[in-house]
Amino acid sequence: MLEELLVTVRSNPKIDPSLGVWSWEIPVYLFMGGMTAGIMLFASLMVLLAREEEFPFVARKLPLWAPIALSVGMLFLFLDLSHKLYVWRFYTSFQPSSPMSWGSWILILVYPVSILLAACTLRQGYPWLGRLVDRFAIGTAILDFSCRHRAVVAQWGLVLAVFLGFYTGILLSAFSARPFWNTGFLAPLFLVSGMSAAAALVLLGTRNEHERHTFTRIDIVLITVKLALIALLLVNLATGSGVQIEASQMVFGGEFAIPFWVFFIIPGVMLPLILEYWELKGRRRAWMFISPVLALYGGYMLRHLTVDLGQTSSYLNYVNAFDPALLDLLR
Amino acid sequence: MKRREFLKLSAILGAGTAAPGFLTGCSPPPLPGAGAVETSPTVCNICFWRCAGTVYQENGEPWKVVGNPEDLHSMGRLCTRGTGGLGSYRDPDRLRQPMLRVEQNGRQTFQPVSWDEALDFIAERMRGIAEQHGEDRLCLFSHGVGGSHFRKLMSGFGSRGYAQPSFAQCRGPRDVGFALTFGEGVGSPDRTDMEHSRCIVLIGSHLGENLHNGQVQTWIQALEKQATVITVDPRFSVAAGKSKHWLPIRPGTDMALLLAWMHVLINEGLYDADYIARYATGFEQLAAHVQPFSPEWAFLETGISAAKIRETAREMAHHAPASLVHPGRHVTWYGDDTQRSRAIAILNALLGSWGRKGGFYIQEKVDLPDYPTPEPPKPQSDWLAVVQKDFPLAPSGITNAIIDASIGPDAFFKGWFVYGTNLPYTIPDSARNLEAAAQSLDLFVVIDTMPAEITGYADVVLPECTYLERIDPIRNSPERNPSLAVSLPAFEPRHETKPAWWMAKQLAERLDLGRYFPYDDYAEVVDWQLQQVGSSLEEMQRLGVKNFPRTTPMYFTPGQSVEFFTESGKIELHSAMLARFGQDPMPVYTPPERPEPGYFHLNYGRAPAHTFGRTINNPQLFELMPENAVWVNPLVATELALNSGDYVRLKNQDGVVSNRVRVRVTERIRPDSVYIVHGFGHTDARQRLAAGRGADDNGLMTRILVDPIMGGTGMRGNFVTLVPEEYTA
Amino acid sequence: MIRYGMVIDTQLCIGCGDCVVACKTENKLPAGLNRDWVVEATRGRYPDLTTEFRSERCNHCSHATCVHTCPTGASHLWKDTNIVLVDAAKCTGCKACIAACPYDARLIMTPDGYIDKCTFCHHRVEKGEDPACVSSCPTHCMHFGILDEPSSAVSRLLASRQQKVLLDETGNQPNVYYLI
Ligand code: SF4
Ligand code: SF4
Ligand code: SF4
Repeated sequence: MLEELLVTVRSNPKIDPSLGVWSWEIPVYLFMGGMTAGIMLFASLMVLLAREEEFPFVARKLPLWAPIALSVGMLFLFLDLSHKLYVWRFYTSFQPSSPMSWGSWILILVYPVSILLAACTLRQGYPWLGRLVDRFAIGTAILDFSCRHRAVVAQWGLVLAVFLGFYTGILLSAFSARPFWNTGFLAPLFLVSGMSAAAALVLLGTRNEHERHTFTRIDIVLITVKLALIALLLVNLATGSGVQIEASQMVFGGEFAIPFWVFFIIPGVMLPLILEYWELKGRRRAWMFISPVLALYGGYMLRHLTVDLGQTSSYLNYVNAFDPALLDLLR
Repeated sequence: MKRREFLKLSAILGAGTAAPGFLTGCSPPPLPGAGAVETSPTVCNICFWRCAGTVYQENGEPWKVVGNPEDLHSMGRLCTRGTGGLGSYRDPDRLRQPMLRVEQNGRQTFQPVSWDEALDFIAERMRGIAEQHGEDRLCLFSHGVGGSHFRKLMSGFGSRGYAQPSFAQCRGPRDVGFALTFGEGVGSPDRTDMEHSRCIVLIGSHLGENLHNGQVQTWIQALEKQATVITVDPRFSVAAGKSKHWLPIRPGTDMALLLAWMHVLINEGLYDADYIARYATGFEQLAAHVQPFSPEWAFLETGISAAKIRETAREMAHHAPASLVHPGRHVTWYGDDTQRSRAIAILNALLGSWGRKGGFYIQEKVDLPDYPTPEPPKPQSDWLAVVQKDFPLAPSGITNAIIDASIGPDAFFKGWFVYGTNLPYTIPDSARNLEAAAQSLDLFVVIDTMPAEITGYADVVLPECTYLERIDPIRNSPERNPSLAVSLPAFEPRHETKPAWWMAKQLAERLDLGRYFPYDDYAEVVDWQLQQVGSSLEEMQRLGVKNFPRTTPMYFTPGQSVEFFTESGKIELHSAMLARFGQDPMPVYTPPERPEPGYFHLNYGRAPAHTFGRTINNPQLFELMPENAVWVNPLVATELALNSGDYVRLKNQDGVVSNRVRVRVTERIRPDSVYIVHGFGHTDARQRLAAGRGADDNGLMTRILVDPIMGGTGMRGNFVTLVPEEYTA
Repeated sequence: MIRYGMVIDTQLCIGCGDCVVACKTENKLPAGLNRDWVVEATRGRYPDLTTEFRSERCNHCSHATCVHTCPTGASHLWKDTNIVLVDAAKCTGCKACIAACPYDARLIMTPDGYIDKCTFCHHRVEKGEDPACVSSCPTHCMHFGILDEPSSAVSRLLASRQQKVLLDETGNQPNVYYLI
């Protein structure tokens, strides 16, 4: 029998009793980042495969949502910082060993590309916005420039989208100190989930039957792959090192079992999968906004739970001999 | 909480003002010690060990206290509490100004008053007592150095009544037991020569948890040198964890073990025959006396196997005389405590360790003259003969006897000064008597730094400044080397607090006793005394500590003839004096009472983070240990369906219920006992951190086993049961 | 690179927490924040028991995952040593380093928000002194020094005693050793 106790009270806020440095801001950021990646991926593909006529929403309306989602994501990243005034420090150095440093520089690249990708679609996709931008000479110049270099922008967009999608997963999986994150399946999972979120956006926005049908099929594939990756991730953990096995236990009967299965897998993955399958079969058309909304919800929950699970899983689990809450009297 | 959020918000909103830093790249927080650093010498007063140290300030802000490398008490390292000493200065709950009890709309409350008002009131009452009852009717309870100023005042006035709870509630039995045997007590700091011991026997003494600094350090030095440690404790104490032998004794049966050890040493011829022949008397009687107490007999009492008893006895003998049976410190346990201490002393005599290297060394202090003041008047009565007539062998004041002698219209004592001791949390089951005494007394003065529970009984409360804000009497305690240490104010007194010397002098002047305090500042006294031994205040301001060479040997020299301060001039294995006073001349064993089913022995002890209950509210120490926990064996926990972190109340055999206390389920305790750290469970809401945290062991001690020899209050005859408590925090 | 380390004797440590108070006063930490802490481990069943006391803190890892993860270079090595420091003026408070430390050794400074941690008291080391925790310990169970210098007290202790580090399996190569 082993009794391991902290005999001096330790209660560092957000670190004890288990890590809670990241609450919902970072999951939102990861979700938005993933969605941006998905949007840019689809949009770039349309350009590169010259299928713009066939998929009008993806080609003309979707791209604008990439810089928007990215901005929202970055806003939440900023909100999470605890030393906000120093945010500019991300851009005074590049740390090759730090995924977060890679990420911040990737974002710097992604941002203009996502804007350029969107810019060329403005006049057709959002005519009022196009007119607004065209009022300024510089605006016109940008729109013209983006259309002139459409192919190059799309090539960059495709590459950066993959980077970005992977990055949102690698950011977490690089933390060897957190057993639940420490698996290679997280990066592809987050990329696929980001694509699925983008596909869900398409389903919500498109009025084109062919586009809807195709993207429903794409989303079914993506969700299926996502499900498979989740399964693989869990198997990977459950057959890993001691601490990883412990981490995987949290979703099988541990404190995360209910959130994981009841609030994530069933409504966020299984249900949209079934609903979209039914839709393909032509049923339940009136309800079709439900499945993409659920899929988006699932996409967010995936990040939220992953962030939580990773922080909860750890190498050390000391308990205090005395009530750590009493230190609040001093703070 | 609110404030923090506000700060956060203002940090964000303050972006504008922070802009220059933001643009220039901001400077990181300065490294500690980069500013202007000032130091001054101190003597720690967080516990009675009184280590010498240095107070650091940086840019005029208090920074830290660290040990003085020259200091023998601390060997340059303060303990946990000493390191957290600044907390006592910073504590926001400190007493701030004098307070007087007044009647307001039929209710008694304390009213802040000026020093003049408070002191005039006290002087007035003192005069009144002298007129009505006599000058000899005041008494001082004291724990701490500043008490000496009040003692001076009282003796000048004509009263000698004096008691320290450290006698009847703590180490009295040890000092009496050793004095009856060797003619001298163990002293403080204890004269144990542990750094040279090869074998150390701890009888319930939890060194390490009681952080008596220098003593713990010498014990650790012995451990480092692979000395054998034998620990006798119902609990797997920290010391037990570092021992070669842990003897998880049945509570209350230590005497049986000690007698059996004597039995083995004598019957196997393992004792130091030459030492005994040269220095001791009564060996024949002792040898005959211990015959019935074989290890086999002791096994049935203690639960410790006969083989283990023999093995440990032989191991002690093997290392003798560098074999120390530690006298312990808090030893008021079962009422036969003086006798148990005698047994420990006798065992040490058999091992020949008294006065020998690795046993007990001979202490020396500096021959420091007192500041010349007039001789105090001869008291009108011998208060000891009146108040402590039942305990003629007690050389010091017995707190509980004095309290009894302060209740009722005919009581001897009419006025109390209580200096730096929180009596209701120190003397078991005393709240009722203190209440009654408070009703009877004409004057009840409390001098303290903190609003402890005792202040609630007082007529007048005088706020003292902490040791960091005052000059204290020179520390001249007996040690390995004669040594002096001074404590000078590092900071100005906060609020309206004052040092004890100032209060005593002010009172003296009001009572025309100013001649006993012929100085304007106590620094003059300290300087004068230092000058007499070739130093000065100026020098000590720099040094803090000054060690002097020894003038006598530290141990007996081989074959030296020694005159002991006992009646016979020898080590008394058999005490004729005890026999004369109707006590057992040699220790005997009385089986302890056992708990009823469902009840457990209430064991208690110290934690290194706190000094009794006095430091719980110290923010720096509270942070380390904000509450106590009751230790429960897993077998018991399973039966009662308790888990670590649950809260329970303890209920004793007389139905007294404690405050709620956290459970710690641990293998480190016998299934028939529970354990809590003493000093918690404060009720005075003015100690905002300490109030309501943990359980008070003292309150659960309603069964007091009085020591018939020295009048101490044996505290370990109490039993408790655990009452589960819903956690509501 | 100079590799500094601590060697802590769990058999002499009494769990008194002096190291914790000393660290907090020396480094002026706000209430409720800890750079070091003390763990007690009891093994066995009554009455066959052993205890071990460990004063723990940042391990100033040779493979410091926290430094690798920091996106701004705020987490860095002091001079040419393994002492891991955080430059408050570069720290954004992204908290990646906190998640990267398997020992949970880092903390968020209140109210400022930058990340703080044990510095091995480099401000004292620079002056040739031991860290505050080491020099306060009443049992002298903590030792500080240069690990790669065979004559240093820490190296000699490691050569002569059984030892362990915490979470060897993480590959962080911690530099706080525990004698057992
Ligand atoms: S100060 Fe030393 S003995 Fe005390 S807990 Fe810290 S390391 Fe252990
Ligand atoms: S213990 Fe943690 S904070 Fe310290 S160097 Fe290692 S990884 Fe970094
Ligand atoms: S080395 Fe310094 S900063 Fe680190 S734990 Fe020790 S005292 Fe604290």
